[in-house]
Formats: sequence, structure tokens, C-alpha cells
Amino acid sequence: MRRTPLLAVTGGVLAVLAAAALSVLVGARSVDPSAAWQALTAFDPAVTDHVVVRARVDRTLAGIAVGASLAAAGAAMQGMTRNPLADPGILGLNAGAAAAVVVGIYALSISRVVEFMAFAFVGAAIGTALVYAVASLGRDGATPVKLALAGAALTAGLGSLVNALVLLDQESLDRLRFWQVGTLGARGLGDIATVGVFMALGVVIVLLATGTLNALALGDDAAVGLGVHVARSRVVLGAAIVLLCGAAVALAGPVGFLGLVVPHAARLVVGGDYRRIMPVALLMGPVLILVADVVGRVIAPPAEVQVGVMTALIGVPVFIALIRTRRQVGL
Amino acid sequence: MTRPAAGPVRAPSSAAGPVRAPSARRATPTRGPGRDRRRAAGTLCAITLLVLVAMAARVLLGTPVVTAGQALAVLSGEQVPGISFIVMDSRLPAAVVAVLAGIAFGLSGTIFQTLLRNPLASPDVIGVTLGASAGTVVAMTVFGATGAALFWSALLGGLGTAVLILLVAGAGRAGAAGAVDNRFVLVGIGVGAALNSLISYLLTRISTRSAGDVMHWMIGSLSTSTWERARVLALALAVLVPVLMVLVTRLRILQLGDDMATGLGLSVPRTRIGLILVGVTLSALTVAVTGPLSFVAFLAGPLARMLLGRPSFPLAAAMGAAIVLLADVVGQNAVPSTALPAGVITGALGAPFLLWMLTRTPGSRDER
Repeated sequence: MRRTPLLAVTGGVLAVLAAAALSVLVGARSVDPSAAWQALTAFDPAVTDHVVVRARVDRTLAGIAVGASLAAAGAAMQGMTRNPLADPGILGLNAGAAAAVVVGIYALSISRVVEFMAFAFVGAAIGTALVYAVASLGRDGATPVKLALAGAALTAGLGSLVNALVLLDQESLDRLRFWQVGTLGARGLGDIATVGVFMALGVVIVLLATGTLNALALGDDAAVGLGVHVARSRVVLGAAIVLLCGAAVALAGPVGFLGLVVPHAARLVVGGDYRRIMPVALLMGPVLILVADVVGRVIAPPAEVQVGVMTALIGVPVFIALIRTRRQVGL
Repeated sequence: MTRPAAGPVRAPSSAAGPVRAPSARRATPTRGPGRDRRRAAGTLCAITLLVLVAMAARVLLGTPVVTAGQALAVLSGEQVPGISFIVMDSRLPAAVVAVLAGIAFGLSGTIFQTLLRNPLASPDVIGVTLGASAGTVVAMTVFGATGAALFWSALLGGLGTAVLILLVAGAGRAGAAGAVDNRFVLVGIGVGAALNSLISYLLTRISTRSAGDVMHWMIGSLSTSTWERARVLALALAVLVPVLMVLVTRLRILQLGDDMATGLGLSVPRTRIGLILVGVTLSALTVAVTGPLSFVAFLAGPLARMLLGRPSFPLAAAMGAAIVLLADVVGQNAVPSTALPAGVITGALGAPFLLWMLTRTPGSRDER
């Protein structure tokens, strides 16, 4: 934190506050600031505006939690795999978590967020391990292309498993189709708090490991030379990533591309040092997801475009720009 | 490439390497072209036989089981109560559509894999099939289209996606072809992710019933096959396969490298575009008929190559037919009382195969 430019952090905090205010006030039904303030200080269930504000506050908090988690997870993945294209969506973590949750919905008809989370953790862990193992097995190790392909293969394979399960059961289909887009408004304050504990744990681990990420970014040999226990750090970082992504999927469903875009944006602002990238990414993630959510609310009234669709709209051009400009991606 | 003074002067400087290399290279093809051709023909016959057996299995197995005698009677025009309908209007069209769809997917996959010099670059991995699916889903959900309109929307979606990926990845630009090919794959994965989220979004905007229909279609299934659909596919293949046969000879030249091909008088961009058009049309039309049977286009080419030791379009086509048919036979009969769509089986088998291929390909960087 000490090394992060004060300006970037102050600006980031202000941007989060501004985005949060926007997220509370703007939507299909606009609320003026004084009514919003009343709703927070003197809540009256009879006033529609107050109810709307309360729901949006929950939604905003969920956005902050999910945005920060996915951004931190993305930054950690990019550093750990030395892969500028790493993202929980591209590398198949979201698919693993989502498939596990769907199996849970179908087989045990789970609906509580804790159950979602447990399944999501297991699925994300299996997905990560599988994609990384498969990509590392070949002769030249885990290149960005192989990681991306392994992630795409896992996503497609699990997709047909999920579809097969859904065919057998109309009710889980209905729950699934609204969940698999990635949306923020589905959970209440209690759920957010439950999931937030795990997210906080993941964020702490990742923040403590920024020095290790810097060393890993230099290559395994250099990291060993710097006194980093490479295998152990990978396991710890991997666990933190699974915590962050699994919790985010449990709360909002699979939201892609946020973990890809935010670390790159942070890198543009503060350079390549993970001690600076991580705190800035933790602030930029919520800003991006909240803005995306607000835009999704107003872009096609009266309907709502879910936040997962919006992040894909923003993320895919960034992903493609990265492929086109970065030489090492075309390995 | 070859320096003028290469031949005789080279010997003293590096006696071991260049001298031994040609002899070693000569040692491998001692079997001769004739033997290779016999082997190719034999393999093709074997797979075709497998396809015929699978077709028979698809027609005979299930509830009720049809005996071979009954099937032959129905085929010769007799009316067998209860059996005629099942054979002529349900199982036989499904088997025929399976064969045609498999051929189309197998050819389309092999076109892309050969053109992009990467076994992983099949249309279903790089997002072209998904483009056709998205086109169809948009037509179904937004415009409520049915019938022939779905073919056009699938074609439009597939072509649009392919053009987008090509333009964005900048394929065809002179220079490092290996890098361009990898970029094509990565851009395709990105575009595929965007299309996926578009489809997920559309699924939330419609009723549960139609969402179920769309998701069912998205898996890929042969259970809705009719003779009319088989006719559409057969017509498409009848037009496109001759075109492909002409283009394949050019593809062989293209594989020598862009410079060499241009030197031999081949219009490289035109050949590329022609091949891509044929490849996209084949897979998009099939998607419109059967839905995206995932991984069939990806599997057929590499499996044919494993059997033969070299890529082969006819064998890939036969292999595609065998995969789709076998997947459908398994899906129809594996779980009693429930028929699983063929796409579930191909997806469940294809994903592990792709992962396994990834552990074997020594990075796509040495393709050139």
C-alpha cells in the first residue's frame, strides 16, 4: 500500500463512491438524492422510493464485493501464470463453478447462497486444477493459447453436461437461465455478508502475496533465486483465486472478462508492480462492474441487460486488442 | 530460399548433418505412394463399414426393437403396422441426417484445421459454429422465425462471425503465419465468449417453454430429423463437395507456404476465401438442421489423421459421419426410458479429447 501512489488510491476511492451513488440513484425508476438519503436514515417501507433504494443498496454492495473479488482474482491469475489473457471466464473457472452449482441445483435442489458457494468452490478448484494441469503438460508449458484453449474446451464440455441436466428438469432450467447470465440483483444483504467473509479472506491473501507475484512474474527460476517457494506460492495463490471466484460466482453467477480487463487498466495507470496493481485493481473492479450494471439498467428500458452481458461487451474488445497488440500473446 | 551454391560446396562444412538427412528422409516413404493409397482406401472402407453398421443399429435398436427382416420388408415398400412409421419417418431420417451432418461437420472442421495449420482451430472451437447458433437463436427468439429462415440466419451468423474473426485477427496479412493462426484461435475464443453471453441474455428474455426449446436445440439433436431436412443437407453437400474437391488441390499448394503458392501462380487470398466460404457454409447449414453438435468438426480431422498418419478429407468426412451416428445410437439406447440428444454425447467425449490433444501438441508455435 505504501508504494501505491496516493493519487491513484484517492481517485479510486472517490470513483467507487461516485459509482455507488450512481448505482443507488439511477435505474428504470430514478430516485433523487434527498429521497435516497431519507431511505438510508429514516427508512419507511410504505414509500416506494425507499424500497427501491434499499434494493439498490444491496445490489451495489454485491457489485462492490463481486467487482473487487474478480479483479483481484484476475490480477493474481495473470501474475501467477505470466499470462496477460488470464481471466476466470477464459480459463474455465467460472464454467467449473457454474457446472458444480447446476449439478447442485439439479441433484440436491440447493438454493441457499452457502450451498451455492460450497459447490462453486469445489467446481472452481477442479476447473483451475484441470485447466492448468492440461496446459502445463505439453512440451512448452502453459502458454496463453493453450490455457485459453483448455479453458474453452472445459467450458464447452461442461456446457453440454449442464444442458443435459437441464433437459431433464424444467424447474432448474428456469432458475439456471437467469443465473448463468451473471446478475447482481439476486441476493440480499445477509447473503452478501456470508460470501463477503470468504472474499475478504481471499483479498487478504492476494494482497499479502503481491511481492511473490512480482517475483513469479520474472519467471520461475528468478523467483527461486529471490527466495520464493514457487510450488507453495502457486498453491496458496490458487486457493485464494478459487475463494475469490467461487464466492463471486455464488453471489452473482458467472461474470466474465472483469478479471481480464481491470488488471490491465490498473497496469496502464500504475505500471507493472503488483504491489501497486493489486490495490488499484481492487478499487477499479467495483467501479467497472457498478458502471456496467447501471448502463445495463438504462440501455434497453424497461428491460434490464444483466451485468454479465455488459462485462462481456466491454471485455471482448479489450481481449481482442490485447491479442492484436501484445507480441508475447501470439506465442 | 535455396542459395545458388548450395549443393556440392556444402559437404565439407557439415558432413554429417545435411548428407545424412536426405537419406533418412528417403527411408520413410519406402512404402511408396501405392501402398499409402491402398492403406487410405482400406481405412476409408473400414470406417464406411462402421457407418453402415451404425446406421443399421440406429434403425433397428430402441423401443420397439425392429428386426432386420421387418426393416428390409419396410424398405422394400411393404406396410408393416407400427413398424413402418418408426422406420421410415423417425429412425431412418435420423440416421441419414446423422450421416450427412457428420460428413459436413467433418469436412468443415478439416478445412479450417488445414487452412490454419492448427488441429485445434476447428469451427466449433474458434466460434464459427457458435456464430451460426447465435444467428439461429436470434432468429428464433427475436423474430420468431421458423423453417427456411433459420437456414439463412444460421448462414448469416456463421459467415458474419467468420468475417469478423478474420478481419480482427488480420489473417492473410503477410509475415508470421504461425502467429496469425494463433491469433485467429484466440480471437475466436473471445468472440465465442461474447456470443455465448448474447445467447444467455436472449434466453432470459423469453418464456420458460421457448427457453427450453432453444436450449434443447443448442445441444444438437437428431430426433427432429425429417426427410425434408435430409434433402436440404444432401443438396448442400452435392453443391459444395465438388467445389471443395477443386479447392483441395489448391489447398495442398497453399500448404507449401504462401510465398511458394504465389510463386506457383496461385491466388492465395482467393483460395483462402473460397475455402473459408465452403467451410462456414457446410457447418452453418448443418447447425441449422441439427443444432451445434459440439466437437464433431473438431474430432473428425484429427482422428482421421491418427488413423492414416496424414490429413485426409474423405476419411474425415466418413469419420464425422461415424461419430455423429455412434453418438446418436449411444444417446438413444444408453439410458433406458430417456433418449439423450447426440450433442450431449459428442460434447462429453469431445471435451476430454480436446484436453488430451492439448497435452500432446508441442505448442502451435512450431507449426512453421
